[in-house]
Amino acid sequence: MYRRGLTELAVGLRAGDFSSVELTRACLDRVGRHDAALNCFITVTEAQALEAAHAADARLRAGDAGPLTGIPFAHKDIFCTKGVKTSCGSRMLDNFPAPYDATVTRRLQDAGAVMIGKTNMDEFAMGSSNETSYYGPVKNPWDLARVPGGSSGGSAAAVAARLVPAATGTDTGGSIRQPAALCGITGLKPTYGRVSRYGMIAFASSLDQGGTFTRSAGDAALLLAAMAGFDERDSTSVDRPVDDYPARLDAPLTGLRIGLPQEYFGAGLDTGVGAAIEAALAEYAKLGATLVDISLPNTRLAVPAYYVVAPAECSSNLSRFDGVRFGYRVEDPRDLTDLYTRSRGEGFGAEVKRRILIGTYALSAGYYDAYYLKAQQVRRLIRDDFLRAFEQVDVIMGPTTPSPAFRLGEKADDPVSMYLSDIYTIAANLAGLPALSIPAGFVDGLPVGLHVVGGYFTEAQLLNTGHRYQQVTDWHALIPAGYE
Amino acid sequence: MNNMEWETVIGLEIHTQLATTSKIFSGAATRYGAEPNTQACAVDLGLPGVLPVLNAEVVRMAAKFGLATHSTVAPRSVFARKNYFYPDLPKGYQISQYELPIVHDGYLDIELEDGTSKRIGITRAHLEEDAGKSLHEDFHGMTGIDLNRAGTPLLEIVSEPDMRSAQEAVAYMKKVHALVRYLGISDGNMQEGSFRCDANVSVRPRGQAEFGTRSELKNINSFRFVEQAINYEVERQIMVIEGGGKVVQETRLFDPQKQETRAMRSKEEANDYRYFPDPDLLPVEIDAAFIEAVRAGLPELPDARKARFIEQYELSAYDAAVLTAARELADYYEAAVAAAGGQGKLTANWVMGDLSAALNRDDRDIAESPVSAQALGELLQRISDGTISGKLAKQVFEAMWNGAGSADEVIDRQGLKQISDSSAIEGIIDEVLSRSAKQIEQYRGGQDKVFGYFVGQVMKATQGKANPQQVNELLKQKLDQS
Repeated sequence: MYRRGLTELAVGLRAGDFSSVELTRACLDRVGRHDAALNCFITVTEAQALEAAHAADARLRAGDAGPLTGIPFAHKDIFCTKGVKTSCGSRMLDNFPAPYDATVTRRLQDAGAVMIGKTNMDEFAMGSSNETSYYGPVKNPWDLARVPGGSSGGSAAAVAARLVPAATGTDTGGSIRQPAALCGITGLKPTYGRVSRYGMIAFASSLDQGGTFTRSAGDAALLLAAMAGFDERDSTSVDRPVDDYPARLDAPLTGLRIGLPQEYFGAGLDTGVGAAIEAALAEYAKLGATLVDISLPNTRLAVPAYYVVAPAECSSNLSRFDGVRFGYRVEDPRDLTDLYTRSRGEGFGAEVKRRILIGTYALSAGYYDAYYLKAQQVRRLIRDDFLRAFEQVDVIMGPTTPSPAFRLGEKADDPVSMYLSDIYTIAANLAGLPALSIPAGFVDGLPVGLHVVGGYFTEAQLLNTGHRYQQVTDWHALIPAGYE
Repeated sequence: MNNMEWETVIGLEIHTQLATTSKIFSGAATRYGAEPNTQACAVDLGLPGVLPVLNAEVVRMAAKFGLATHSTVAPRSVFARKNYFYPDLPKGYQISQYELPIVHDGYLDIELEDGTSKRIGITRAHLEEDAGKSLHEDFHGMTGIDLNRAGTPLLEIVSEPDMRSAQEAVAYMKKVHALVRYLGISDGNMQEGSFRCDANVSVRPRGQAEFGTRSELKNINSFRFVEQAINYEVERQIMVIEGGGKVVQETRLFDPQKQETRAMRSKEEANDYRYFPDPDLLPVEIDAAFIEAVRAGLPELPDARKARFIEQYELSAYDAAVLTAARELADYYEAAVAAAGGQGKLTANWVMGDLSAALNRDDRDIAESPVSAQALGELLQRISDGTISGKLAKQVFEAMWNGAGSADEVIDRQGLKQISDSSAIEGIIDEVLSRSAKQIEQYRGGQDKVFGYFVGQVMKATQGKANPQQVNELLKQKLDQS
């Protein structure tokens, strides 16, 4: 049962081949068997999951079921779940049962999906390897000595190891697409504003976007359909109808114009990864697409701009963690300053502190213009690059990451090298564009991700592009050894 | 110290709480005086993951203020985060407006004591959220936090440094206070902190163009305190300078008990607020149609109403200014005039006289007057139609104030109706004259003063109800006959 994807499971549930309770138990068993090694989960909510599965079975019997009713899944531990610990991978929130549900949480609940737990992540989503989590690193199921990517590493590894058919994630600079690529699954970051951020603990508000981890683009279409849509609680969510993603999956790719930015295929790209991407592009040509060389001239500015904007926003967003109302609070503070400094000093890990310091500096009087304002100008240049490119092409493709999964500890002491692992993904966040990563081959037994960026609100086209490729390839169907 | 050599320069930042039913970025109620933390929702508590959503009503209110002060209502304004740590600031930042406020570049004219008026520039008015309250009592070495007030909408109104005395500052503050109440955008309640100000004060030698170093007096919540605080601060600064010292730029607190200002923090200690546009909120965009709709809904403003009162009710400028200083008072006055069937001047005398005195005596607002505008109007009608004399009307008013009923009821019950029947008055006069042979002799002997004696006797015999004019005429006739 666990080998099947979400779409197939939805059909099976409705046909009565198995119940949601059976399916949920199977997933919980998988978690029980494998998670000690993988460390994907911070919290497993077995009792609530079985209760939700029973309710889903009742809906299925009553004929009141949607495609997600009864489907087990996991939430990244950044989405607030009422009454369930919502840690954001941090000691700061280790004692925090969220008192309310995120909009995404509620939507998936309403759809009848069955949450089986909360997944591990880099602390406050700051990291590209899952090594900054207070709960220890997640292991990559393709090689336990390697990182799953981050920050949504727990969600990616759980789907890759077939513990759950689907999981939610968030993507601020690549936190869905990079781990999806390194774990060999399908990850979608929607257009900024497509999925509500209400109840999603903020890292960098102008970049954060919730999205999906699934085995295929078809599965992502079903999950996104339930998550997406305007939310009056999120002023940055966009009030426009949600496309029928599943209905668009099978459209032919004939005439699709694929842009290949020269900047994404140059120095720094692993040759094995490059070869896999070339092969995938050849497959697209066979499907009737046209490959067009393009340029995104400001690409090299994306990482520096990101590492001003994201820390600046995070330095402000994380100010609320002060030990006063919730979260970690030191015993017996001497005075107010002691309460603040020790609660934050002990509650936050090193990477979070690094970014708070960078961001505080970037926003300081006398530096604001040179850093924050300049970075915002760069964002506009990067967006303009994309807008110009989309006059010429329908989608833009390239590698999701410059190399496959690296070893645990390999980059932990070298932040800049770590930051560069998001070099291809960050621009989409700065511009607010939707982007997809799909499995496209292997290098030395490690998965490679193909990155597909589309224009604003073209999620249906991205998923169609991914789905047609997955109809003629089976990279996405491969299961890591030991998890078959 | 010689105040003649020094010129005072004052600018005010007035924080006025907007009278919305819910908060600026959440649906929680803004009612004052609730149990601590019962009016703070997830958004007000700054829980992880929550997001602000702008209350459209505050935009309308700010636009009203902008139009009423001849300001530009910005087509695009931006909320920014002002970052600092404080226990009653739940998010670690206050959402405010910084570079692009919603209202800018306007003015108000104030009336000075010498009867002239002066224009005070309004630099800007911006929207922001209030913080919560720290409670230091009853917690035994700890501090309690009440977040009911967190997220309450404020309009911060920043003036140009155009005021030159504490009196001018108070006049300006009163003008703004009357205006926000006229506009219905704030209750202006100063005890509850709905209307408070910071005063930027500096002095310079008369004739010098550049400003002196200023100090900022924080959080003053009464007109009297503003005047006291500024006067104290001006003297302090002059003394510092004349003593060879230098005024330092700092924030000071006014202590109303000790009548002095005290240093709170210097410029060097000031926070770097690290303002940046709040990425959780979209820019506020206002189009011409919105502005026109707000303009169409504006009430008549104090200056226009004052001009109309002078014209329509034939009042003096002084009376019109007093009556239009507060919207409730002006509304009361106009309702009373209508009920009295005209009589603008008479009504003004009563509203500013007996009514105001009674309100002051019992420490009541006009809205709490036991005598309604309608009831007062009816009383005034009885004066003008001759039913009672003005003197007796005061007695009737007192009875009405104490709940004795309408003017007519009181007049009937107490039998106060004026006697205007000349045969009845004549009878009484005859009776008085019949027992006053001596006085008649004196009067006829040229002692005119004795006339008052007769009037007094007649009024006494009628318990004051005889129409005084008729008494005078009839007495004269009788005495001058024969």
